[in-house]
Amino acid sequence: MRPILLAGHERALTQIKYSPDGDLIFSVSKDQIICVWFSHNGERLGTYRGHQGAIWTIDVDPTSTILASGSADNTIKLWDIKTGKCLQTWDFPTAVKRVEFSDDGTKLLGVTEKRMGHLGTIVVLDIKLDVEAEQSDEKAMTIVCEESKATVAGWSYLSKYIIAGHEDGSVSQYDAKTGDLIYNIPIHELNQSITDLQWSQDRSYFITASKDKTAKLISSRDLEVLKTYPADTPLNSATITRNKDFVILGGGQAAMDVTTTAARQGKFEARFYHKIFEDEIGRVRGHFGPLNTVAADPTGKGYASGGEDGYVRVHHFDRGYFDFMYEVERERQNRLAAVVSA
Amino acid sequence: MAPSFDKLREEDLDEEDIDMDEVDISDLREKYEVQLEQGYDTFVVIDGLPVVNQEQKPRLIKFLLKRLNTVGRTSEDAIYMPMGDDGMSLRFAFVEFSSAAEAAAAVRQLDDAPLDKKHTLRVNKLTDIDRYGREGRIDEEYTPPQIEPFQEKEHLRWFMADPSGRGRDQFVMFRGDTVGVFWNNEKDQPENIVDRQQWTETFVQWSPLGTYLTSVHAQGVLLWGGASWSRLRRFAHPFVNLVAFSPNEKYMVTWSNRPISIPDSGHPALSVDDDGKNYVIWDIETSKPLRSFAQQDTPAGEEQGAKKPAKFPWPAFKWSADDKYVARLNQGTSISVYELPRMNLLDKTAIKIEGVMDFEWAPATPRREGVKEYEQLLCFWTPEIGSNPARVALMSIPSKQIVRSLNLFNVSDAKLHWQSDASYICVKVDRHSKSKKSLATTLEIFRVREKGVPVEVVDTIKDTVINFAWEPKGDRFVIITTTEPVGATAVPPKTAVSFFCPEKAKGNAVGNFKHLRTLEKKNSNAIYWSPKGRFVVIATVANTQSSDLDFFDVDFEGDKPEAEKDLTANLQLMNTSEHYGITDVEWDPSGRYVATWASAWKHSMENGYHLYDFKGELLREEALEKFKQFAWRPRPPTLLSKEEQKQIRKNLREYSRVFDVEDQERISSADVAVVEARRRLLNEWYAWREEVERDLTEERAALGLPENPVEELLKEKTAAAVAHVAKADGGEKQEEQVVEELTEEVLEETEEVVN
Repeated sequence: MRPILLAGHERALTQIKYSPDGDLIFSVSKDQIICVWFSHNGERLGTYRGHQGAIWTIDVDPTSTILASGSADNTIKLWDIKTGKCLQTWDFPTAVKRVEFSDDGTKLLGVTEKRMGHLGTIVVLDIKLDVEAEQSDEKAMTIVCEESKATVAGWSYLSKYIIAGHEDGSVSQYDAKTGDLIYNIPIHELNQSITDLQWSQDRSYFITASKDKTAKLISSRDLEVLKTYPADTPLNSATITRNKDFVILGGGQAAMDVTTTAARQGKFEARFYHKIFEDEIGRVRGHFGPLNTVAADPTGKGYASGGEDGYVRVHHFDRGYFDFMYEVERERQNRLAAVVSA
Repeated sequence: MAPSFDKLREEDLDEEDIDMDEVDISDLREKYEVQLEQGYDTFVVIDGLPVVNQEQKPRLIKFLLKRLNTVGRTSEDAIYMPMGDDGMSLRFAFVEFSSAAEAAAAVRQLDDAPLDKKHTLRVNKLTDIDRYGREGRIDEEYTPPQIEPFQEKEHLRWFMADPSGRGRDQFVMFRGDTVGVFWNNEKDQPENIVDRQQWTETFVQWSPLGTYLTSVHAQGVLLWGGASWSRLRRFAHPFVNLVAFSPNEKYMVTWSNRPISIPDSGHPALSVDDDGKNYVIWDIETSKPLRSFAQQDTPAGEEQGAKKPAKFPWPAFKWSADDKYVARLNQGTSISVYELPRMNLLDKTAIKIEGVMDFEWAPATPRREGVKEYEQLLCFWTPEIGSNPARVALMSIPSKQIVRSLNLFNVSDAKLHWQSDASYICVKVDRHSKSKKSLATTLEIFRVREKGVPVEVVDTIKDTVINFAWEPKGDRFVIITTTEPVGATAVPPKTAVSFFCPEKAKGNAVGNFKHLRTLEKKNSNAIYWSPKGRFVVIATVANTQSSDLDFFDVDFEGDKPEAEKDLTANLQLMNTSEHYGITDVEWDPSGRYVATWASAWKHSMENGYHLYDFKGELLREEALEKFKQFAWRPRPPTLLSKEEQKQIRKNLREYSRVFDVEDQERISSADVAVVEARRRLLNEWYAWREEVERDLTEERAALGLPENPVEELLKEKTAAAVAHVAKADGGEKQEEQVVEELTEEVLEETEEVVN
């Protein structure tokens, strides 16, 4: 599994997203530039310039038409993926830490930072999936997080709920239509910030990564913790692989705590766990700073990780990865095959 | 509390004048006197005096004064003997001493002492009379003390009986704030026996036979044990720092950096006599203090060419192998040997040895040839003083006879290494050349068991020996040498590891020690022999650059090199391993496993432990946050006789077969359990998924949403794109000439869609 090293950013990576077809990788970093790459060979296709602050977050709509990005310059921008043209800019009082399209691409949510007397909010914007169309300047809805600010958020299946992870380690479920809070459940250790939230394919469950050194698989419907993956280092990101039942966690000693010690000490490795059995399967080394973001290829062929070191490492899985199977999984597969052939 | 008359105390005090400790205590006493002085502490009340009239009174006072002046300073004016209305004395007198300490000494020594044939003095402190003598304070009626009915206590050696029947060993782990004791389960998660938060404040320690677990607190030391892990003993030594047990768990010494300060209200265990002391020797059975000692100031004077001793030598009190004696070094002057349990100085005097630097007791009761009577041996060394040579000597206790002594020259330092059976003692002598620059080491090995204690010298070593270790119960040893002296350099120097063993000799005799093999260019700095001998781990500990572990067998059963055929060892490297950040290594008491750990006390990198088997195969590694301490629970010596042990060794094969079968069964049943658990998890997961997917489809249908919302969107987009491409074909190509390759690819994609 020889990785492709994408050395296009000058500063720490903040988020990586694959396009829904898995052919493109969008990466954002604190260097204020959005890059898009071909996933199969790591060639850079282009950049999207315009932000005037560190870019915290990015998302692609389900049809790979429009790109949304949120930045420390207090804006969310929409981009035409094909031309690189900025289509729309929304201004906010504080930095935008997370954006995400709903599963039909008609809505965008943004998480804004709590700062300078402004409470953290989750805003919802209506989107027209057309590069020519005029986008609405108005916010469709605003959810104010009075208790603890939201750090990450996303749309559940059918855009039914907005799920948010908070700085205090809790996870909230909001009604996506009214913005009413339905549940707020302390999932991770108290006051250990949730650093990432990524969806399963059908958005019926998701994985959260936290500074409390665990990642948890949670059901969207009732916020029930399905699985827990313990790690030995604070986590910054977690993702669920397609086709194979794994999760990938990324983290490492916080950048400010990394001293002059050897790289092994920082635990800058991507960790693979079995999604169902919660066993650690293996680790992938390479970064020499903490992993800030990991993303799984939606087609299940690989994954990419972005580090504090400014590099994106794109991995294509080897045969061994696809062949690897627990005895009980093989058993089940054989049984299903037998049923199909019968 | 009035110190009651106690024979032990009197014994003590007879030797007070010659006790070396006295010198140091006096200044501490003076210091504390100020605190204690509350006006009446220097007064004592003497009862039991004869009745005298006014004329006889001065004579009595004079007579009394003579007695009083044996313990402290007082004068005629300071004795007040009140007279009754009838002109006769009231049989008591008040006496003022010049210090509270003297008053206390008077109470201790003169209370219950006969004045003449008819009269016995009763001496009490004035404050005590005030405290206890008032009406109502003490019940007039004598009530016999309640004697608790005998209660069966739990068996303290229960840990020898592993409930699983596998003879596993226990170990204690201290991580974060939690102390837990576990059964060693080899590769599997250790089985927890007990886990308690805040069990100790600083560290935990096993007693030498494994009976007690020691926890250390600001108030003192607690001993825990039994299957219920209840508190068994309490030793209230305030601000205690360190604890050491006697080898047979009979006694214990505790040390605190802070001198003991007894509050006015008294102390539950210690008395005023212990005030200002740093060390307390305790009897473990009764939890009572036997004697306390103040810290000695190490003499500041320059020792000739010798290194300065550590500020607080620990262990300061060293126990003989049978718990009969405890001795302390008085740096440069003498060794004080105390007899237990009375804690009196042996022959009432410290053994004067000019210049004495260090001593060590034989770790086992020695068996010298031709010596019938009971003895313990201690070995000490003195540096060169003036024109006198340095000297190493073996002394027999209690006779204080020098059994063997050896003169040495050009000595910078010496270290005493006893072999565990007290068969040998190796004195590692660091010698300097005339210029005092280069250092070389010789090993002077005393063959204690042989007649006349012959000394063998190993002087083939060119370099400085930084570590030495005997094989326990054996006669082979390992040394680590380095060419450069170890200093505070950033990169520790390269080291070499050498193995030595005796030559083959006729009969039971042990041949001369010969060099077996040397491994060059190592970083190793520590030697850990298996407690049963034969296997040895050479490690690099507390080193940031390297952390190697080498597992050796010195009785390898394979081919032996021709050159070594006359030697009683066959060295084989079994395995090497690495444990990053390793700070400590410990063998389990059975010699089957080796635990290595990286303690958060030393650094905060990758704290946790590894478990190896004796061959060096890694069984288990666990990273634990704030992992501080690991300690195997020691075992008491075996109860089997030599013959029984031999029998077991002979039938080892049969035993192993049974154990192998048991192990196999256990492993396979564990595997089955794991597979079962996985199957259950898998089924649960897919059942859950099915349920969720069904609900989702239903919900989607109910909302009238398409099966796949993205598909619709994509169709629309594709249609638009096709139209767009058709319209702008050709033109776009020219615009993007620079990135021709990329354009091709995009086009390819578009074609696919059209197809």
